[in-house]
Amino acid sequence: MRLVILDNYDLASEWAAKYICNRIIQFKPGQDRYFTLGLPTGLPRNHPESYHSYMWNNFFKHIDIDPNNAHILDGNATDLQAECDAFEKKIEEAGGIDLFVGGIGPDGHIAFNEPGSSLVSRTRLKTLAMDTILANAKYFDGDLSKVPTMALTVGVGTVMDAREVMILITGAHKAFALYKAIEEGVNHMWTVSAFQQHPRTIFVCDEDATLELRVKTVKYFKGLMHVHNKLVDPLYSMKEEN
Amino acid sequence: MPPQKVGAETRIVQFTNCRILRGHTLLREDLWIRGGRILDPEKLFFEEKRSADEQRDCEGHILAPGFIDVQINGGFGVDFSLPSEDVGSGIALVAKNLLAYGVTSFCPTLVTSPPDIYHKVLPQIIVRNGSSQGAGVLGVHLEGPFISHEKRGAHPESHLRTFETDAFQELLKTYGSLDNVAIITLAPELRRSYEVIREITSRGICVSVGHSVSHLREAEEAVQNGATFITHLFNAMLPFHHRDPGIVGLLTSDQIPPGRQVFFGMIADGIHTNPAALRIAHRAHPKGLVLVTDAIPALGLGNGRHTLGQQDVEVDGLTCCVAGTKTLCGSVAPLDACVRHFLHATGCSVEMALEAATLHPAQLLGIEKQKGTLDFGSDADFVVLDDSLNVKATYIAGELVWQDKTLSH
Repeated sequence: MRLVILDNYDLASEWAAKYICNRIIQFKPGQDRYFTLGLPTGLPRNHPESYHSYMWNNFFKHIDIDPNNAHILDGNATDLQAECDAFEKKIEEAGGIDLFVGGIGPDGHIAFNEPGSSLVSRTRLKTLAMDTILANAKYFDGDLSKVPTMALTVGVGTVMDAREVMILITGAHKAFALYKAIEEGVNHMWTVSAFQQHPRTIFVCDEDATLELRVKTVKYFKGLMHVHNKLVDPLYSMKEEN
Repeated sequence: MPPQKVGAETRIVQFTNCRILRGHTLLREDLWIRGGRILDPEKLFFEEKRSADEQRDCEGHILAPGFIDVQINGGFGVDFSLPSEDVGSGIALVAKNLLAYGVTSFCPTLVTSPPDIYHKVLPQIIVRNGSSQGAGVLGVHLEGPFISHEKRGAHPESHLRTFETDAFQELLKTYGSLDNVAIITLAPELRRSYEVIREITSRGICVSVGHSVSHLREAEEAVQNGATFITHLFNAMLPFHHRDPGIVGLLTSDQIPPGRQVFFGMIADGIHTNPAALRIAHRAHPKGLVLVTDAIPALGLGNGRHTLGQQDVEVDGLTCCVAGTKTLCGSVAPLDACVRHFLHATGCSVEMALEAATLHPAQLLGIEKQKGTLDFGSDADFVVLDDSLNVKATYIAGELVWQDKTLSH
């Protein structure tokens, strides 16, 4: 794996953004060659804090993606399992995910794959753990009763199938989960640990997230920053090329 | 409704690189239009899976709802109170020229006139949507003749009337028809005014108190009976007195029925109201402030002698008086100039200044779901402004209807 450590949240975000940008440019996407970006999913639509609204306001409205190329799991579908199966099929039809970007929960989960989730699981309906509900309460005015308790999510196996995985972790409250994910064994109680067995994983984090790691680990990867930073050197702009 | 071009119904235009007035703030957002209405791009993206057919770069300008003028007596040589065989042409001329001031909707105002003039003129003024031909007509504002003798201002003395004889029927006989009327200004101290106010408001017409010597108690009673507006605050009414604030006291009155609020018109041309008075009114009741021009036919014509109703008026710069006197009689400051003056004089936020000419008049007339905002679903009447609030372009129903020569698109 690569472990990229930046000083703070903003720098970590910026580094990750530049990396994704470069990966897309290097892929040389075109009319018939799509770069498939995977992002974690969940929540019912049309809620003020719905994932659709969140994705629209923070991502889709700022870019010029064709709406037909944006696939989000529909939490309001009548047959949820069929919705999940269809989603898996769409990924397959798109040729698989080129880069999956995700975060990590304080309990070490990736997407909504709560502790105990199978490490080969696929897209399905999950009941959320209390930890996750508490973490999401801030989006619902702190009112626990308003936080959705169920979510559709991509499975650990689904993400493992991606050609590359990027995990973003910032904040001291995630430090223990990061430790469990990369310094302990592969364990379904800390589902992010599954990526130890993925050929191309990159963890991007801030200083605070490394607080529970061994000094030796942190020193090693910090020492590699000059190599890592080459990955975010600006490449040509695709607009200029065209 | 004028017929749409084929394909215009479904064509989606996205205005980018701009700041829009929405939710009482200037947001760095794009404005999406379809079928003459403001479109919700999130719904478009997820439900229809469509993107824009056309993008227009707004060069970092401000996009605000089109301005609404609820008190304008004419302009460009046209006098709405003059009986003519073709009032429609006059309205059209003014409507067309108002576009350059960022006005997309207005209420042609008739000053105190004899009944036969109302009977001749009113049927020729029709409520209609704006278009490339000109700003929309929201309805007529009838200022008088049921007003105070003492505070008649420039209104002709001989044509003033009272409600004594027949109350509402008197009013109906005088005007002839109320079909296209949006606002009626009257003096609440006139006997039987309250029953008249109730009757008028029950027909969905807004009642405004003005040109009056009423005390606060009478004005409050008028509001309790349905009045919701004050015509050009401070002008043509008793001055504020600390033991009897008069009509001005409505701004902070505690007798307003719950769920309602009183709006007040202000002529912010720098002449009708001292900036300090403007600030006092704004600070006392900022949400009720409605900018109006009370513009006279000389608007847009320059200095000289012109007519207003049955009277002659003299224009010098921004000042207009009844010929031979010092009585102010309306203004020649366009609404966008009033917005700028209001912004500078009060030091209020840009959002507040803009809402005083858009959201507030729309709320007064109860049309805020279609006009006065850039909310999803409302009519796409808007203006492009630079940071000093100069009008760069005007749009009605999503179509460009006027633009400053310096603007590129």
